[in-house]
Amino acid sequence: MKPAPFEYWRATSIDEAVQGLAASAGTAKIIAGGQSLGPMLNLRLARPSVLIDIAGVTELKRVQDVGGKLFIGAGTTHAAIEDGVLPASAAGLMQAVARRIAYRAVRNRGTIGGSLAHADPAADWILALTALDAAVSVRGPNGKRSVPVQSLMRAPFTTVLAEDELIVGIETDKLSSTAVWSHQKFSRKVGKFADAAAVVVLDDTSGFCRIVLGTPDAPPVVMRSLAEALLSDSKRRLPLDAIYSAVQTAGTAADSFDIQLQTTVLARAIEKLVLQ
Amino acid sequence: MDDAIDAAGQGIGSSVLRKEDDRHMRGRGRFIPDFKMDGLSEVAFVRSPLAHALIVSIAKPAGAAGWVFIRDDLAGVKPIRSVMRAPGFRASDHHPLAHGKVRFVGEPIAMCVAPSRALAEDLAESVDVHLEELTAVVDAKAVNGGPYVHDEWGAHTFLETSSDNGIEEIAKAAAVTVKREFHMSRQVVNSMEGKAILAYWDDLKSQLVVYTSTQVPHMIRTGIAEHLGLDQGAVRVVAPDVGGGFGYKCVLQAEELCIAWLAMTFRKPFRWTEDRREHLTSGANCREHFYSVTAYADVRGKLLGIDAEITVDAGAYSVWPFTACLEATMAAGHFPGPYAFKGYRSKSWSVATNKPAILPYRGVARTGICFAMELTIDAVARAVGREPWEVRRENLVPEDAMPYVNPTGKVYDSGDYRRSLDIAVKEIDLPAVRRKQAAMADGGHLIGVGFANYIEMTAHGTKLFAAVGLPFVPGAEPATLRFTPDGGLEIRVGVQSHGQGMETSLAQIAHEVLGIDLGKIAVVHGDTELTPFSTGTYASRSITMAGGAVAEGCRILAERMRPIAAHLLQCGADSVVLRAGTFYGPSGNISVPEVARTWYMRPEQLSGELSVCGLEVLGLYRPKVDTGQYSYGTHAAVVSIDRLTGALRILDYVIVEDCGRRVNPLIVAGQTYGGAAQGIGTALLEEMQFDTNGQPLASTLADYLMPGAAEMPNIRLHHIETLSPNTAYGIKGVGEGGAIPPPAAIFNAVNDAFAGTGVEVNTTPLTPRRLYGAIERWELGRRGAGA
Ligand SMILES: Cc1cc2nc3c(=O)[nH]c(=O)nc-3n(C[C@H](O)[C@H](O)[C@H](O)COP(=O)(O)OP(=O)(O)OC[C@H]3O[C@@H](n4cnc5c(N)ncnc54)[C@H](O)[C@@H]3O)c2cc1C
Repeated sequence: MKPAPFEYWRATSIDEAVQGLAASAGTAKIIAGGQSLGPMLNLRLARPSVLIDIAGVTELKRVQDVGGKLFIGAGTTHAAIEDGVLPASAAGLMQAVARRIAYRAVRNRGTIGGSLAHADPAADWILALTALDAAVSVRGPNGKRSVPVQSLMRAPFTTVLAEDELIVGIETDKLSSTAVWSHQKFSRKVGKFADAAAVVVLDDTSGFCRIVLGTPDAPPVVMRSLAEALLSDSKRRLPLDAIYSAVQTAGTAADSFDIQLQTTVLARAIEKLVLQ
Repeated sequence: MDDAIDAAGQGIGSSVLRKEDDRHMRGRGRFIPDFKMDGLSEVAFVRSPLAHALIVSIAKPAGAAGWVFIRDDLAGVKPIRSVMRAPGFRASDHHPLAHGKVRFVGEPIAMCVAPSRALAEDLAESVDVHLEELTAVVDAKAVNGGPYVHDEWGAHTFLETSSDNGIEEIAKAAAVTVKREFHMSRQVVNSMEGKAILAYWDDLKSQLVVYTSTQVPHMIRTGIAEHLGLDQGAVRVVAPDVGGGFGYKCVLQAEELCIAWLAMTFRKPFRWTEDRREHLTSGANCREHFYSVTAYADVRGKLLGIDAEITVDAGAYSVWPFTACLEATMAAGHFPGPYAFKGYRSKSWSVATNKPAILPYRGVARTGICFAMELTIDAVARAVGREPWEVRRENLVPEDAMPYVNPTGKVYDSGDYRRSLDIAVKEIDLPAVRRKQAAMADGGHLIGVGFANYIEMTAHGTKLFAAVGLPFVPGAEPATLRFTPDGGLEIRVGVQSHGQGMETSLAQIAHEVLGIDLGKIAVVHGDTELTPFSTGTYASRSITMAGGAVAEGCRILAERMRPIAAHLLQCGADSVVLRAGTFYGPSGNISVPEVARTWYMRPEQLSGELSVCGLEVLGLYRPKVDTGQYSYGTHAAVVSIDRLTGALRILDYVIVEDCGRRVNPLIVAGQTYGGAAQGIGTALLEEMQFDTNGQPLASTLADYLMPGAAEMPNIRLHHIETLSPNTAYGIKGVGEGGAIPPPAAIFNAVNDAFAGTGVEVNTTPLTPRRLYGAIERWELGRRGAGA
């Protein structure tokens, strides 16, 4: 289990990383925390000609308040978020999500940008950031663009990004002080990817409500009709059959167990909406 | 014997910290991958991508002739052919590199040598193997006609066995008949350190030196010498620090022969370090038992007889020296477990499949039979409408029947099996669990409580092994001991310690006899050059066997020293007493180290006769009765089942255990907790699945789930100490017990939660999906009953 040969470059800036990607004509790969790419390299499933290491790019670790929005550098580690690097206004949900990713050793190195770029449908950031309706800021040879997280994953392990594009950060609206959220993750053991997960965000002040379902084999599903129903229910409750049929419609379940699990995870997430 | 006074609290029964912890906690252990050596080459294997195929051709890359090797290159190396001496046994030839055919995904086809492992893997990628796929045999329960794993057999089984002491007569008298099927899935051993081998040629001694991560260095020396055609004296096997074995490392591996052959042939150092993918998919498969059990009982649930049909999926080859059939024959021979009943019929099939060979994993067979037997007992109890623990208790061999001979002729030496169950029932607070269960009956979670009793045959000796028919039989266990001139004691044993803490516990036994400070006792193991021949560490034998040998050697040493001490104290030998490391005479005393110093450095002080007696001795040990010493115990689990997701949580877990005299209670507890963790893995998480083509469905730990700290309940451990009447200090083994009953206790708890509805679970591991399937049936049953 050793990688096939590759060249190794250490980028010191975003520009350098982007230039490196452009120069390799699609054969280079970014390595951030290496927590997903490392195993892929060792199993020889990933065989880049060049590895561009961005772990030392300090620009990518920036966390900033920009107007009503929060900018989180792509190189921010799960551990940093777990430890409270985000301002309180956004911390609750993201801190809770970070805490339940993998093990601390993985969180120490794994980054939010790497997680999104890797596009594992069972991963936690793609789910949570879809629920927050965040966007990724991307830099490529032709400049900047912004991609909603919701449309980032084209298919499992595939994003809409071009091979020479770099995620520089995530931009998300700050929630109001009355916003509530909840996160449910069902996995067979601590530190393992989810078999089913759900995040609910409900912000009365802005009338924002999102319910997102995460499963191992398909990109996260935004449950629009459920969110509308929830927003219009004064008690913030949803009947179980509504959730059940929404799961059936989502087409994420292979058998009755999947339907049951996904329904339960969604129902529990809705039940447990808590004040941020 | 002299008074054994334990002044410093270092002897038998003391929970001293392990001597080996110092190096391990500081990261200073010496494992094979840590070694550096000039000119060391690393090896990678080209492994079969198919489960069953003919090898059409193997093309080495151009110019790689001296770097890539296939079977034909290994001139003079014999295939591993491990024969069980049993009527009808079919032998397999396991070539160190595949020959003609590949028989499982991961079977080594070629080996590639390079200055680094990464380069060796690059080379492996460039070897062109052309295979012609054959239909794979993957379901041991559905074998019928060809193709065969071993064509020349024209059959699918390594061995079939049967026994019957008249079950049909007994069945006629039964008021209750209970029939059940059970399946314990295939697992992987997953020692923390995988296999590793480093071999070189020692020109100084004209000797092949093989460093290997093994539990049985002397057996591996025998195996390597026999298969490579060398004198055993020309082979030295060293096991440095070994990161766990659990049975995986007590067999001779094809890779061991390959690396040894390279070193022998090229007279240079070579190393292979198994990676986790190799460990999971090729090296270390185990278990995979299927049971069909019929129990005959009276109206109270008292067992009259058991009829057990046992199928073991043994994989492609028979491992040396434990063979492909140890699991099935042990399962058949030990099925009755701790229960007293008369009628017993068994049939067993060891089936060859296109999967890796199974190995004897911690608990060997007994984790499976305990699972089948304990679930059967509970099913009988439900059939007669009684509490499972009561029916279990009445069926357990009573203390006053000890020593007890079971229907297959096994002799249980001692123990109070009922008492261990009673303690578990009390500790788990059964009435409180029953109240909670009733209170929560209509809530989101179901509660269940389960018990499992087990016996653990340990230190089985010559007679028992001779009857099994393996290629080897262990005899008297040796230890050699000597004093250093400064009064330190060196103990050399042929067993191997790889996590059991024997560098400490064997020293404690020596301290018990001689009273020397533990800091001055060194236990040397893991090197055929330095230690006496032993069949090694397996079957929970080392503390009893090597411990007995150490005690015997120390006693001989004490007797050698006594006249010297008496001479120095100017009194008669009879009036000298050894106590806590000092010889006391009527009018003075002299320490053991002082006696040693005199003998080595000042022999002129001794008379002629005394100066030739020597302080280097051989202690040989065999228990008084060598059919095995039986440790035993009870595990009790309370579980909560999430009705909506099939998630299971262990709310409480109690272990009651009796392993005779505990040499070091801390080490015993560690063995038990670790074993229980593995048993919980068996029950809930671990499963090596294959598709219908024999492709393994897990090749990393992302897919093969192991229990971690967070999955462990807070185990409450209780001990009984019933001394074995047959061993030194009444010691019994304890290495495997913890891993035997957890699946049984946990499944019984789940079935208890479903009690009254006819729903039962019977297949490990109990994944949420499997458990939810049972919940669905249970809900249906409740609805049907109008609940
Ligand atoms: C044992 C274990 C358990 C885990 N459990 C979970 C879990 O429960 N939940 C979960 O969500 N995740 C889990 N993970 C994955 C973990 O979160 C990874 O850290 C994360 O998926 C990848 O982040 P990274 O920084 O390590 O990326 P890397 O591994 O370095 O890269 C991953 C991919 O992203 C690309 N990439 C990285 N950064 C960028 C960038 N800025 N722009 C463009 N492309 C980029 C790389 O080229 C590569 O293709 C687990 C991992 C392990 C090893």
